[in-house]
Amino acid sequence: MSPRLHLARLSGAASLQDAGRHGFLRFGLSASGPMDPVAFAAANLLVGNGPDAAVIEFGLAAATLRVEGGPVRLAFAGAVGGLSLDGEPIAAHRSFLLREGAELTVARPRDGVFAVLAASGGFPVPRVMGSRSLHQRAALGGCDGRPLREGDRLPLGPLPPSGEAERCLDPVALERGEPIRVVLGPQDDHFPPDGLATFLGRDFTVSNRADRMGYQLDGPEIAHGAQGFNIVSDATVAGSVQVPGSGRPIVLLADRQTTGGYPKIATVISADLRRIAQRRPGETVRFEAVDLAAATRLARARGAHLAGLAARLRSVESEAERLMAANLAGEAVDALGPGEAGEE
Amino acid sequence: MTYDAPRLLACGDTAFTIEFAAGIEAEAGARVMALDALLAERALPGVLETVPTYRSLTVHLDPLVADPAELGRAVLALAGEALAPLPAARLWRIPVVYGGAFGIDLEAVAAHHGLTPEAVIARHSAPEYRVAMIGFLPGYAYLAGLDPGLVLSRRPSPRPVTPAGTVSIGGAQALVASIPAPSGWHLLGRTPVKTFVPKRDPAFLLRPGDRVRFVPTAPERWDALAAAAEAGETVAELCEAAEA
Repeated sequence: MSPRLHLARLSGAASLQDAGRHGFLRFGLSASGPMDPVAFAAANLLVGNGPDAAVIEFGLAAATLRVEGGPVRLAFAGAVGGLSLDGEPIAAHRSFLLREGAELTVARPRDGVFAVLAASGGFPVPRVMGSRSLHQRAALGGCDGRPLREGDRLPLGPLPPSGEAERCLDPVALERGEPIRVVLGPQDDHFPPDGLATFLGRDFTVSNRADRMGYQLDGPEIAHGAQGFNIVSDATVAGSVQVPGSGRPIVLLADRQTTGGYPKIATVISADLRRIAQRRPGETVRFEAVDLAAATRLARARGAHLAGLAARLRSVESEAERLMAANLAGEAVDALGPGEAGEE
Repeated sequence: MTYDAPRLLACGDTAFTIEFAAGIEAEAGARVMALDALLAERALPGVLETVPTYRSLTVHLDPLVADPAELGRAVLALAGEALAPLPAARLWRIPVVYGGAFGIDLEAVAAHHGLTPEAVIARHSAPEYRVAMIGFLPGYAYLAGLDPGLVLSRRPSPRPVTPAGTVSIGGAQALVASIPAPSGWHLLGRTPVKTFVPKRDPAFLLRPGDRVRFVPTAPERWDALAAAAEAGETVAELCEAAEA
């Protein structure tokens, strides 16, 4: 029997996502793909996958997992709650083996929204239009065109080579307090100065109407200009901030509608899409305008960061040694006592 | 009105929009499709995808390959050149069963305009439409060319679900729907044609720029056409650029 990952218990959202279904925007189909591309890249690297392998993306979810016909090498990244393997806590952002008979539990994250679980060899469900990503509104991809649910048994790739060292990476901060950077436009000229001032100067809150299509924000109403709140429908992008008649902005994300008839006051820069995606309902969002040159520099810095992730993989043994060395050093300093340590 | 010069609008660091007009206009639509064709031919480095709409073309790009500001300026310059008439596009003849359970708003639309239902069908099936935009949901084909005598603002409250194949009108636009979805438009009829089948190649039947004619079809033919469509037949008739 080929190995399967059994989702024995699940509460919260979960779907299969790969790097996305690209090339169909002109036909009305958004790309889907990971809400946190950095977590997606990190999890796949940790288990030795290529950059397009399908993963499970959990959204504010708790789960219990087992493997049948295993073992399988797994790694979590992103907004991960407590993990335990047969009752023993285990760190995220490192790979580990899940063996047949063992039980892995994932707690709902206390911080952030999306956790990515990669499995060595990916999840080889059939590709639909070139991708395994679920697009829920179109009932495409994923597991039979639907989100994952309790009881699912997902096909796994070939068994991992034995004797390989487990690997780890430093987690990337979720940067909760930071403003979300935007480039104004394409329809910022539909808003009067006080509308723009509200958008850039006030605090908004992620509402409960937040999913992979977009996050509706609560907060002050953004005033529209004389042209009102209807435009001839034009294209949206990931990060488009549209302002419907209610004056409350909606940030469009991975599974968004590809066109829309509300003016778009600004666009979240690509480097900050994961940061808005990782904000939970009830959390504060502030926007800060940057120019296109700055957005481009930040996109390139993000690209360089992703390209450099592989070089930052460490084996877990060497990581343990490093931690031990750091702890010993820390104790040595403590042993000197506060007064003596301060003499230098 | 079509602008004297197209506008370049920022959409963050991964896209920009070239806008030709503020409203829905045939000239702007033609220039959108001309620029789309020109960009497909030039294959500029960094361009990932283009999305034509009624009055604008959005260009999605990879900011690691191209500088978004420079690429935007280059495409804006091309927008001035993209005036050559396009070769005649494909023409689809799409069967539609109007009224009754297939088009529950036909009578109300007729009453609003002081027309008979038959006159609404005649006016809706007379024009040759252009697929101006595919968007909102996968395969939703927005058509330009609606008879001005049928223009009617949207329903005050949307219906929570309308079926696949719904043929509807809203404002000055006409639509062929591909998958079930909520809609505030007026439902005139339904086509058995499947415009989006994920496992078919190509998955999408209609392309931006295609021409469309609706063929009024008797309700008695629905079952046979729907069965044929289910079995994988196109059901719509493709007339290659012959009638240009």
